Amino acid sequence: MSQFKELAIQGLWKNNPGLVQLLGLCPLLAVTATITNALGLGAATLLVLLGSNVAVSMVRNHVASEIRIPVFVLIIASLVTVVQLLMNAYTFGLYQSLGIFIPLIVTNCAIIGRAEAFASKNAVLPSAIDAIMMGLGFMLVLTVLGAAREILGQGTLFDGADLLLGSWAKVLRIELFSVDSHFLLAMLPPGAFLGMGLIIALKNTIDSKLKQKEAVAKGSIARARVTGAAQ
Amino acid sequence: MSFKIASSPHQHNQKSTSQIMLMVIMACLPGIAVQAALFGYGVLIQLLLAIITAWFSEAFVLRLRNKPVLPRLKDNSAMLTAVLLAIAIPPYAPWWIIVIGTAFAIIMVKQLYGGLGNNLFNPAMAAYVLLLISFPVQMTQWLPPLSLHSVTLTPLDAICSVFTQFSCSGFSLAQLQTSVDGITMATPLDTLRTDLSRGLTLDESWQSPVFFAFAGSGWLWVNLAYLAGGLVLIKQQVISWRIPVAVLASLFVLSAIAALAAPDTLAGPLFHLFSGGTMLAAFFIATDPVSAATTATGRLVYGALIGLLVFLIRNFGGYPDAYAFAILLANMAVPLIDHYTRPRTYGHRARSQTK
Repeated sequence: MSQFKELAIQGLWKNNPGLVQLLGLCPLLAVTATITNALGLGAATLLVLLGSNVAVSMVRNHVASEIRIPVFVLIIASLVTVVQLLMNAYTFGLYQSLGIFIPLIVTNCAIIGRAEAFASKNAVLPSAIDAIMMGLGFMLVLTVLGAAREILGQGTLFDGADLLLGSWAKVLRIELFSVDSHFLLAMLPPGAFLGMGLIIALKNTIDSKLKQKEAVAKGSIARARVTGAAQ
Repeated sequence: MSFKIASSPHQHNQKSTSQIMLMVIMACLPGIAVQAALFGYGVLIQLLLAIITAWFSEAFVLRLRNKPVLPRLKDNSAMLTAVLLAIAIPPYAPWWIIVIGTAFAIIMVKQLYGGLGNNLFNPAMAAYVLLLISFPVQMTQWLPPLSLHSVTLTPLDAICSVFTQFSCSGFSLAQLQTSVDGITMATPLDTLRTDLSRGLTLDESWQSPVFFAFAGSGWLWVNLAYLAGGLVLIKQQVISWRIPVAVLASLFVLSAIAALAAPDTLAGPLFHLFSGGTMLAAFFIATDPVSAATTATGRLVYGALIGLLVFLIRNFGGYPDAYAFAILLANMAVPLIDHYTRPRTYGHRARSQTK
């Protein structure tokens, strides 16, 4: 059980694919203009990641290590195709608004990274847990970034949620404030870079605060940082 | 006996950062006065809003970073950024434009990079680009000079316009932009661009009342005022002559060649030198000591690069004026420029002789 807990902490926080490993930045920055898009892409990535980790883990003893990368890519590509066709069938609006970024999940380094670093060395169950946690961690970052950009950009939340969840979800749309002119920067890729940087900074701040608290709780006095404090 | 070893530069002109920043702000004053007299009091309200926002943002971030607040506020650099941005945006832009812009300039572009002296980009220009890209409508609402207005604007009207987008008597900015004849007027650069894209020649476009002598009416005087302020700064050795001269010379030469090659579609050098933000940018913004090139040759290259970019964007790009983009792009090139123009240490031979 403790191994699974460790996997969860790694995937969701300590080794978060979005915030710490900085993998899969391309979709992360390109499609997080609204929270709906972010959730949609996050869910698709999570599904592919789960499938690929399980499949890679199952075939890990039958694949010669020289050809493992092409095999992983084949597995991932077929799973992406499946997800793409599913989205085309059931969430067509979202499929259209995500566009090229669904097939591009194939090139998401987070997925092949987990296949290579974890699934190819571990049994099926831990691999599946790892995939779920990493996928959730990635989705979490996407969602936070998507929410921030949507609020700043157009003052709404869950705009277009019906594309993902069906027509009942139109009631989810929250209008926080309405403005005549949208803050375009938040919706453009540069805004995504700025937002991403701020979220990483926030995570680092929380980490260093936690570390300080831990040090105080242990009773050891954290040495004040001396260099660079020329005042 | 001990030897005191000090690193270069060994010659100082004994001015503190605070004094230099203040002198640059003072040198802006003639330009601001002319702008206020010819285009209305909007610019003064923007200045006030910008300076207040800049002080608050600077104090806020310094507190977050556990740095002393008052000494940094006193160095006037935040105020200078605020002043430059307030001058650069349209004088009747809504109040939140300048607040967002100044806060972004101070917090993101300056303090997050480590504060004064560490920013890669010119804060005022980065904020200008942010605003121009995010709010294209508000950022292009320039009014023609007061003398061409069909409605007179009182100082109270200026306040109303900035805060509500309607003057106190209820005229919207779009109405104010319209002349007595019902023709919408923009800046000279804007008018020229629109006319040329409609297939008019330069001479035909020149019939519009926004043009005067060889430049835009109103804009000519604003540019002359900034030119005067800039010359004082050079005289006081606050800024080096190299950057402004290189900017103006490269813009002049390029547009002269272009005007000779295509006299009907490309405006001449004098129009370019005295339109839009040329003098303000050349003397006050491009010379920012932090984000500009530092070597003597490097400054000439840096200035010439800005001139070239402005010429290209103004004539062939998508925006009527181009200083913000040109300066940011040149800022990016600064490390490279400085690397290749590093002077030889005194006593060493020139690079060509050592081989």
